[in-house]
Amino acid sequence: MAKVLVVAEHLGGKLNSATARCVSAAAALNPEAIDIVVLADDLAGVAAEAAQIAGVRTVRTVANPANAHPVAQVLAPQIAALAAGYSHVFGPSTTFGKDLMPCVAALLGVEQVSDLMAVEGSHVFKRPIYAGNAIVTVEMPAGSAVVATVRTASWPEAARGGSATVEAASVEAALPTHTRFVALAGASSDRPDLQSARRVVSGGRGVGSEENFRIIYSLADKLGAAVGASRAAVDAGYVPSDLQVGQTGKIIAPDLYIAVGISGAIQHLTGIKDAGTIVAINKDGDAPIFEIADIGLVGDLFQILPALEQALG
Amino acid sequence: MKILVAYKRVVDFNVRIQVKPDGSGVVTDGVKLSPNPFDDIALEEALRLRDKGVATEVVIATIAPADAQPHLRNGLAMGANRAIHVVADQPLAPLAAASALLKLVEREQPDLVLLGKQAIDDDANQTGQMLATLWGRPQATFASKLDVDGGKATVVREVDAGLETLEIDLPAVVTADLRLNEPRFIKLPDIMKAKSKPLETLALADLGSAAGPAPKITHYAPPAGRSRGVMVKDAAELVAALKQKGLV
Ligand SMILES: Cc1cc2nc3c(=O)[nH]c(=O)nc-3n(C[C@H](O)[C@H](O)[C@H](O)COP(=O)(O)OP(=O)(O)OC[C@H]3O[C@@H](n4cnc5c(N)ncnc54)[C@H](O)[C@@H]3O)c2cc1C
Ligand SMILES: Nc1ncnc2c1ncn2[C@@H]1O[C@H](COP(=O)(O)O)[C@@H](O)[C@H]1O
Repeated sequence: MAKVLVVAEHLGGKLNSATARCVSAAAALNPEAIDIVVLADDLAGVAAEAAQIAGVRTVRTVANPANAHPVAQVLAPQIAALAAGYSHVFGPSTTFGKDLMPCVAALLGVEQVSDLMAVEGSHVFKRPIYAGNAIVTVEMPAGSAVVATVRTASWPEAARGGSATVEAASVEAALPTHTRFVALAGASSDRPDLQSARRVVSGGRGVGSEENFRIIYSLADKLGAAVGASRAAVDAGYVPSDLQVGQTGKIIAPDLYIAVGISGAIQHLTGIKDAGTIVAINKDGDAPIFEIADIGLVGDLFQILPALEQALG
Repeated sequence: MKILVAYKRVVDFNVRIQVKPDGSGVVTDGVKLSPNPFDDIALEEALRLRDKGVATEVVIATIAPADAQPHLRNGLAMGANRAIHVVADQPLAPLAAASALLKLVEREQPDLVLLGKQAIDDDANQTGQMLATLWGRPQATFASKLDVDGGKATVVREVDAGLETLEIDLPAVVTADLRLNEPRFIKLPDIMKAKSKPLETLALADLGSAAGPAPKITHYAPPAGRSRGVMVKDAAELVAALKQKGLV
């Protein structure tokens, strides 16, 4: 029977919802147990939040000032030490998990499953390749531990209402000092978080400038939506990089995605394939985004967006 | 200072990938192959460090079948000093690739290893992290800015929460994100010059790198498609359609 260790992601004393999505993926294994490991400096709040995720047996905590910031080469040896006794170690396919989990896999001497979309068996999974243009079924070697990053857009958040035990774990691992955290320039805002928002309004190169992006923010505020962007909009400096949606940005699955002035390159579409409803607003009726949009509107975004806000009342 | 750049050949990013009807793979016959876009960025960064006088030598390495020589010539034309071709008939999974790269690192003793953050064929995003781990050295993934000063580097990383800055001791592994730089175009005279640059060929088996059992891909499928929906003529119709779906 499987035993799964899920690596918690957190920032500023708050658990990232990606963790509860990893628990859903873990539950798909029908495991004997799912434990969560929280590595932090001050971890009380995060551990308590993790303990509420339904289906979790134990939250194992490792408090250490060295864990104040998620430095992969510092966290990985601790996780690898704790991984003994588990058949699977899962982390989210966020930048945190992508940075960290391959280090854990390398320490355990196994290949990693990236972007796990579906569980077909204890060692058989589905994952996307070629920017999501092919889905492969991959069989990991029987008998070895499975390390995976979980594609968060493929899994719902596990329910709350659990009451796992929280216990401190002791780990013997030499931690390197060769990597030092300097700063995080957070784009922290009061807006909904792009990765968990139910509605997202994204702007592309068609928006034209940082100033013009105000109309994207304005529509997003009206809808209580998060703001996203295409790579072209980020490259042009209209918005910060953490708003990028796509193959190399964030993969999201909101109920409603409104793409404004975005052409619909495959690298962008791979980030929104799991959205409930996709709306496209573009002045070019032949833009590829219309091939996948549920609702399309051809026209000038500078006329349509104000009209849309008005029509929303 | 010496820089080693991992330079993978992949299906060009503009190619629309087709899954074979029998699910045995994707169609790669006759499709255009190009350097992995992130690896071009990694190489460009190495060349800029050499242009600035920080680095003295830039070595590119690829693990690929025997027909990948033109790919390496391309990197040499871009400006690398020399190339190492590890010949492998089959694609390697990331830990196997990282183990092979580690052998090159042990031979070459670079001060910095630059890789792409992910290869756009397998989209694994693992090799750099695994190499750093096996090597026991620092990693800074998803780099959008790199400053090397003495025995240290300061790296700005694109993370979900914004931009993170790390300071790392050298030698170290850095993986390139899209906004690190814009790769230069190759000029015709450089293509000629590249023909006489050193290109060393090694058999994967001779490297002596260890690789555990490989994952097996048992089936390829096209993604669940999304089909074309309806067109509306103005904002009012759009709002009506959204209301009908209960989305606003
Ligand atoms: C390795 C790699 C990874 C990549 N990763 C990503 C990624 O993660 N995310 C991503 O988004 N891209 C990514 N890209 C880039 C991708 O290929 C496209 O270049 C990019 O998505 C284009 O952005 P865009 O649609 O905003 O710009 P464009 O393609 O330039 O489209 C702009 C659109 O705006 C429309 N428009 C202009 N003015 C108006 C107006 N007034 N009203 C209405 N419509 C208007 C135009 O008709 C056009 O369709 C990647 C590329 C590579 C090579
Ligand atoms: N076969 C290979 N040859 C050269 N470099 C590679 C190879 N495989 C992976 N890499 C490097 O590792 C990076 C990440 O690849 P991946 O982990 O497969 O997404 C790539 O951008 C390359 O820099």
